[in-house]
Amino acid sequence: MVRPIAFLAGLVFVAALVVALLMPREAADITAPQIFHKHPRELHLASDGPLGRFDRQQLQRGFQVYKEVCSACHSMSLVAFRDLEDLGYTKAEVKAIASQWVVEVPSVNPDTGEATTRKAAPADHFPSPYANEVAARAANNSALPPDMSLLAKAREGGAAYIYSLITGYAPVPAELKKRFPDAVPPPTLHYNPYFANLNIAMPPPLVADGQVEYGDGTPSTVDNYARDVSAFLVWAAEPKLEARHRTGIAVVIFLLIATTLGYFAYRNVWAGRKH
Amino acid sequence: MSFPWAKHYEPKHPLMRWMDEKLPLPRLVYNAVGGGYPVPRNLNYFWNFGVLAGAALGIQILTGVVLAMHYAANADIAFHSVEHIMRDVNSGWLIRYAHSTGASFFFIVVYLHIFRGLYYGSYKAPREMVWLLGVVIFLLMMATAFMGYVLPWGQMSFWGAQVITGFFSAIPLVGEPIRQWLLGGFAPDDATLNRFFSLHYLLPFVIAGVIVLHIWALHIPGSGNPTGVDVKGPQDTVPFHPYYTAKDGFGLGVFLIAFSIMLFFAPNALGHPDNYIQANPLSTPAHIVPEWYFWPFYAILRSFTVNFLWVPAKLWGVVAMFSSIALLFVLPWLDASPIRSANYRPLYRKFFWLLVIDVLVLGLCGVKPPEEPWVRISQFAAAYYFAHFLIILPIISRIERPLPLPASISESVLGGEGQEAAPLGQTA
Repeated sequence: MVRPIAFLAGLVFVAALVVALLMPREAADITAPQIFHKHPRELHLASDGPLGRFDRQQLQRGFQVYKEVCSACHSMSLVAFRDLEDLGYTKAEVKAIASQWVVEVPSVNPDTGEATTRKAAPADHFPSPYANEVAARAANNSALPPDMSLLAKAREGGAAYIYSLITGYAPVPAELKKRFPDAVPPPTLHYNPYFANLNIAMPPPLVADGQVEYGDGTPSTVDNYARDVSAFLVWAAEPKLEARHRTGIAVVIFLLIATTLGYFAYRNVWAGRKH
Repeated sequence: MSFPWAKHYEPKHPLMRWMDEKLPLPRLVYNAVGGGYPVPRNLNYFWNFGVLAGAALGIQILTGVVLAMHYAANADIAFHSVEHIMRDVNSGWLIRYAHSTGASFFFIVVYLHIFRGLYYGSYKAPREMVWLLGVVIFLLMMATAFMGYVLPWGQMSFWGAQVITGFFSAIPLVGEPIRQWLLGGFAPDDATLNRFFSLHYLLPFVIAGVIVLHIWALHIPGSGNPTGVDVKGPQDTVPFHPYYTAKDGFGLGVFLIAFSIMLFFAPNALGHPDNYIQANPLSTPAHIVPEWYFWPFYAILRSFTVNFLWVPAKLWGVVAMFSSIALLFVLPWLDASPIRSANYRPLYRKFFWLLVIDVLVLGLCGVKPPEEPWVRISQFAAAYYFAHFLIILPIISRIERPLPLPASISESVLGGEGQEAAPLGQTA
């Protein structure tokens, strides 16, 4: 009884699929992103690979770029000032960085109870440059600058994508203007082949060498800014990366030894038994 | 419930004798996974995956209980509580990555376990109940995994919940009310998150309970084996302990190595970047894709693109997706061949491998955007999937001429070398 019913059910499913299979398809329109979208350029960071560790000098430079450029629009609300000690800053330095942060932390006046602001302390998370989403959109042609805490994990391609995007602004190709006049960005958007739909609201953030003055002798170039801030964002998204790699090496070595012993125990138990 | 030559539990220490009289728990363990359970001597490494699935469930429960101590099931703070675990809880990153990677590895070993069963005919008499309970476990796992993926309240969590609960709205008339009842609202929100958390914590223990039944049912006829030939005598078996505890111990080590490599060096490789963006009901991701272990079923769902026999395409997709799993419940009665192992079924073996490729192709189609050529490929692959189980298998079992079976397990193992020096299991 089961088999005839199953046979009929199978025929119906197959028939529905065959009809769908034979349906003519509408020719899909070719869109501008299909032709002009580029995959991220290669970016090698010290934190790559199973033995990767952060380059703390680079992270500090990247933090400087974030502080002086990105933080004007992008919040990083999951990272606290105290976390900066991971970058090699001392407690005193962290305290200074927090108290000198341009945006202050929302607070309450202890005498009147009125809303006010105070200087940031190491325990505070990075304060957001805008009071709320409406304010952020109002200041950015109704685009919302995303929070940067997890950006390196929240985008396909990770750090390489960020690096490619911020160095990837280009003039609109003549061919695009000719073939896809509708895809040419309006004045409020900017052409960037690494962005999914090619037109990004963010204006080029890093425009000239020397925009950020490095103190450690590293050449102050746009390419370096982009590399360093990408490395910094990898840290911000995954601050425990080094502990993870370190633990992983120890665990895998332990397991290799234990499994080898387990294999010999198995062979020993089965010695002389054909199976 | 075991072979007559199974060893009997004989506690030697007075304390164990006392225990055996009051609560014979050690006896139960001895008979279930100890020296008292005779197992065919010829099991290959594919028989490791049951134990590995149990270990994977153990990892999930252990890490999950700790995660629940720090997680907050509230739509406003769920996303941040997960990041709090990742950044501020001691070794929180380890526990969370172990849980998220562990879910994938649970599915990897269970899929291998299922395909082992398909190849060696583990679903056939007298083990139909073992198979049926296994399908129940698989369904419970899928429900648990889906609800667990919603908990971090990222973009894919939210939109995955939206899409999957949307299946129910395909049911005529009552679909939409059912969907709202499941969600506790018109769209996924706080009520959804809380009930999913509650059920996500409950279901693993239900799974553990069904696993007990699964093993109980297995112990009635005893384990199958790669030849599919019944156990005929003591020379065909070895005691589970120490023989298979040793072999499973080694298998567990290999499993943990693979698991650790993913956990420590590529913990996000199997996840979707969008889930590191907080859920936003106003912004739909470009492509909504479920976790990898649902891709084949997602491809089946999307492959039904035309209204057929007055039934809308969406309902076809939902019915087909559920049927693709439900048909496993009748599999023992679809395949009438008395030969269990595909090693002796030349025709079935070819179609088995075709099915493996087919499911892999479906998985690939499931992750690709719904564009050509992927839609057509998925329609072709889905058609084969249903044809394989519902049409081809019953026909094969009728027309196939199986290869000659070995007379017994020990004959196939010893290959005519005659007796071994010592009877197996006697000296251990």
